[in-house]
Amino acid sequence: MNWHAISVIYKAEMQRTRNTLLQSIASPVISTCLYFVVFGSAIGSRIQSVENVSYGVFIVPGLVMLSLLTQSISNASFGIYFPKFTGTIYEILSAPLSFFEVVLGYVGAAATKSLIIGTIILLTAGFFVDLEIQHPFWMLAFLILTCITFSLFGFIIGIWADNFEKLQLIPLLVITPLVFLGGSFYSVDMLPPLWQKISYFNPVLYLISGFRWSFFEVGDVPVGISLLSILAFLAICMAIVWWMFKTGYKLRQ
Amino acid sequence: MQPIVSIKNLSKAYSSGHQALKNINLDIQPGEILALLGPNGAGKTTLISIICGIVSPTSGTVTVDGHDIGTDYRHTRELIGLVPQELTLGAFEKVSSTLAFSRGLHGKAPDKQHIEKLLKDLSLWEKRDSILMSLSGGMKRRVLIGKALSHEPRVLFLDEPTAGVDVELRKDMWRLVNRLRESGVTIILTTHYIEEAEEIADRVGIINNGELLLVEDKNALMQKLGSKQLTVELRQPIEAIPESLKDYTLTLSEDGLQLIYQYDTRQERTGITSLMQSINSAGLILRDIHTSQSSLEDIFVNLVTEQS
Ligand SMILES: Nc1ncnc2c1ncn2[C@@H]1O[C@H](COP(=O)(O)OP(=O)(O)OP(=O)(O)O)[C@@H](O)[C@H]1O
Ligand SMILES: [Mg+2]
Repeated sequence: MNWHAISVIYKAEMQRTRNTLLQSIASPVISTCLYFVVFGSAIGSRIQSVENVSYGVFIVPGLVMLSLLTQSISNASFGIYFPKFTGTIYEILSAPLSFFEVVLGYVGAAATKSLIIGTIILLTAGFFVDLEIQHPFWMLAFLILTCITFSLFGFIIGIWADNFEKLQLIPLLVITPLVFLGGSFYSVDMLPPLWQKISYFNPVLYLISGFRWSFFEVGDVPVGISLLSILAFLAICMAIVWWMFKTGYKLRQ
Repeated sequence: MQPIVSIKNLSKAYSSGHQALKNINLDIQPGEILALLGPNGAGKTTLISIICGIVSPTSGTVTVDGHDIGTDYRHTRELIGLVPQELTLGAFEKVSSTLAFSRGLHGKAPDKQHIEKLLKDLSLWEKRDSILMSLSGGMKRRVLIGKALSHEPRVLFLDEPTAGVDVELRKDMWRLVNRLRESGVTIILTTHYIEEAEEIADRVGIINNGELLLVEDKNALMQKLGSKQLTVELRQPIEAIPESLKDYTLTLSEDGLQLIYQYDTRQERTGITSLMQSINSAGLILRDIHTSQSSLEDIFVNLVTEQS
């Protein structure tokens, strides 16, 4: 293993975050606060409770997931897209590095950053509502798995994208709708039967459900299925990244 | 001696279908300076990119220090440093940290002293804390050289190192190249400028249209292919070349004061002796004579036009 390389990539990526601290940390925190004000206080006061959990508390896991997913994807995709765009990727390609090491550096940094953001959002949420976490271990496990998986997914998008538009396309057109329709702000039970059925095709639903279970022991699907689905998505992403490096997809001509 | 880089039957066709390299065979000896000379689009960058691992070959093999660049890339890439043709640098990193980054990428432990020495050698020490974006083009070129040397490579590729570089920096660069050569580093550089190859290289390879037309020791090349020109200056102008000299391929300068004789050093008989005798018996009085050798440029132009 080329540990020195992994370490310099990781540190450089973390430094990039520090250089844009305001944008990378402050903006997710601010938007979370806005969600709390709008959904938690304004609307939440009209909704009694969902599955015996007060609405303001109920939306916390979904809110964390919303930021985690979008942040993981945008960090990781930008991290690898930028060197491609400026041409500095030549250095990565000509270095004695395996694909695994490149991924460890870039995805590791992106996942770390998401984890930090997730933690900050949870702490912020603590200011608005009383949070009780039933299964802290599983909560952490879901948090970390999600950060890694979606950073990996972002990495794939970053390699695939050959312009800025494509870079924004998937997060905007796919992820955001899936998160909103995945029960971030409601339980699927609240939907009409047809939409409930459709919702079960949404992979993000399983993710949010599992994460929510670790807080309140309530979820739309059994927690085991949630865990399995995130692990499956992780495996798919790893397979795609492995294939990309093996074939040099969009990297090596 | 085992070549440090050995290229066998290397071809590259880009996905566009363009055949950028056609069956290249080349051995590069340890410690030499090889200049690759060729017009735009000849395939120089493609060749370098393949050896460094940026572009994958379509067919053929390359070994560096006896190791295959595909199967044993860790070993080969550790040995190689590359200064790319384009000024590709990040924007917000600091000069010193970008050098440390490159060193780490190549698997070397951090070494502040080495980086400091490099920065000083490249006159970048004052700029060590500047961000890359704020540097001038020439400084960026220096930073790229520093990055390529950060991991103490044994083979250094310089892809058009003097593009957009002023005289001062060019001199600096050649001094650095010579120092590196003395420390045993093999250097492969590409250039459009023949004088550059003439000035610095031990061997010259000429690439055109994806083909390696020849690789020769620089001096031998100039000897072997060079035609020479003998200029005879006359004391009195003449109006036409005398009948008795018609057998020689002579040209008379416009002012009638110079007779110019082209000859080929490759030939057994250059015909100089008999020409001088004939000039003598034609009654012409000489003021001076001198010869000049054709430059690599002429050789190059000859080869390339011959091919097309
Ligand atoms: N990524 C690519 N896809 C398709 N064709 C390419 C690609 N890169 C280079 N080529 C083509 O391959 C040929 C060789 O290009 P290369 O960059 O190796 O030339 P070069 O000798 O370095 O030229 P220059 O002196 O201009 O730098 C050119 O015709 C170029 O158009
Ligand atoms: Mg080139």
